[in-house]
Amino acid sequence: MRNAFADVLREEAKKDPSIMLLTGDLGYSVFERFQEELPNQYLNCGIMEQSMTGIAAGLAFEGYRPVIYSIIPFITMRNIEQLRNDICYHNLPVLIVGVGAGFSYGPYGYSHHSLEDIGMMRLLPNLAILAPGDPVEARELTRQALRRFGPVYLRLGKKGEPTYTTRPVELGKGNILQDGDDIAIFSTSSILEVAIEVARRLADDHIYAMVVSMHTLVPFDTNLLEEVVKTKKMIVTIEEHAINGGLGTIVAEYFADHQIAFPLYRVGVRSYSSHIVGTQSYVRKAHGVSPALIVEEIRNRYARVSSSS
Amino acid sequence: MNDETLRKLKEQAKIIRSDIFRMAYRAQSAHSGGAYSCVEILVYLYFYRMRIDPKKPLDLSRDRLVFSKGHDAKALYAILARRGFFDPSLLDGYELDGGALAGHTTRGAVPGIEVSSGSLGHGLPIAVGMALAGKKQRKTHAVYAILSDGECDEGTTWESALFAAHHGLENLVVIIDYNRLQGYGYVDDVISLKPFGAKWRSFGWAARSCNGHSFRSLHRVCSIIPFQKGKPSVIIANTIKGKGGPPQHVNQVSSQYVPPTKEEYEKRVR
Repeated sequence: MRNAFADVLREEAKKDPSIMLLTGDLGYSVFERFQEELPNQYLNCGIMEQSMTGIAAGLAFEGYRPVIYSIIPFITMRNIEQLRNDICYHNLPVLIVGVGAGFSYGPYGYSHHSLEDIGMMRLLPNLAILAPGDPVEARELTRQALRRFGPVYLRLGKKGEPTYTTRPVELGKGNILQDGDDIAIFSTSSILEVAIEVARRLADDHIYAMVVSMHTLVPFDTNLLEEVVKTKKMIVTIEEHAINGGLGTIVAEYFADHQIAFPLYRVGVRSYSSHIVGTQSYVRKAHGVSPALIVEEIRNRYARVSSSS
Repeated sequence: MNDETLRKLKEQAKIIRSDIFRMAYRAQSAHSGGAYSCVEILVYLYFYRMRIDPKKPLDLSRDRLVFSKGHDAKALYAILARRGFFDPSLLDGYELDGGALAGHTTRGAVPGIEVSSGSLGHGLPIAVGMALAGKKQRKTHAVYAILSDGECDEGTTWESALFAAHHGLENLVVIIDYNRLQGYGYVDDVISLKPFGAKWRSFGWAARSCNGHSFRSLHRVCSIIPFQKGKPSVIIANTIKGKGGPPQHVNQVSSQYVPPTKEEYEKRVR
């Protein structure tokens, strides 16, 4: 996903000299070609994410389209006030790119995990939030983000995510990866592989799931959500993020605001332990975000939903 | 600088101080001490030094000024109004219900405000980004940033100072309103900045100090910008907090907080 982003960024920067890549001293094995081919549009700002964000604002005021890059906590949390005051309030066309969604940096531990970023970023004005689920989405959304008016946050996984997308990807529209009559699974960001696996296992039990990669969290595809409410019996949201603030919260808020009573099962991290060490899949499982646990809960809930209808 | 120019600038400073006083009284507002202390700096820049056209506030060739000490907005508002960027009657709505002017500067509220500020330590990074853009595009305009001494406590001020020196941003000029009083005490008692000039020089800047209330002194240092080829310039302007405001608050912490009383107002406008 990271490489897909870097490739398309390089392509776009060649066409648009106003694009400036600013990195917070990260990008080994990602930006070497960019540096080589576009040295005037590349800047390693050093390890000063707050100032890098302010500098990006200054460049954007002068007509540049800066892209700022670091690991998610450092590019969303360390500098949250610069994002709020300098970038978002001024509605500047800055692309904020964070790598390491959820537990992508599993073994690195607490400081490198990102379970709060979507919730925090959703509060910022004018900011679009993109969380691609596979490399194709990462590529297409990067391209579209670089043409957007105003700031965009791009939440990337790391590398090696499988590709699922077969249809055109459009910012603001859910990416339907497979259809199914019974339930809908909305997934966001790099946990898409878990959603696909959950749907595969449910099909063995004859529960057929539509799987959607909700790569755009702001603005949200409420048309698709309404469609699901009309045609399915239940909706499941899966995210590698705290249970509050992200995809599940967006859906729950929509239901509350529109007085929609509909079965919703939200999967996310409910109780975070900073002491669990291990790979992404190990840490996911330890926090209840693994296919087996999700499938079991869906089966139980679906049985109740279908018997009451 | 000839005597006639000097007289005019002094006259202008008087008008600006009256505006600040009136805004503070009408809104019963805090943050006047640091507005008074930067009056001559702003008058010199806006009425003499800077290449600006109030009729074309976004002209690409203009000099930029980032007012990082956003809490002292009254001074900037008065300057912009008197320089013709907007109708001075808008000053009457400062901090009042439905007024155009908030206690801290907001870009877009009125013409001439380059950036919103109010949270300290944001201005220098933005000014650095603007100066970097100017350098990359080989523009000839200058980027000024007005900082308070207090915000030199902020890490971002020094982060971006490193960056500006590393990239040789000769088109960047920082002016520090060194009135030696921060929010809740004297700078020397809270977090000392001494040796102040040496700190900036050790960060790769060319530093000079001046009397921030003397137009001649300001002019003397500004005439030799950039102080050193290939380096950003910083002017440490020695000033007095509350200068020209109610006398009992001059050089006191209270100048940051206490608005003029009715008696003071009546005495002053009479």
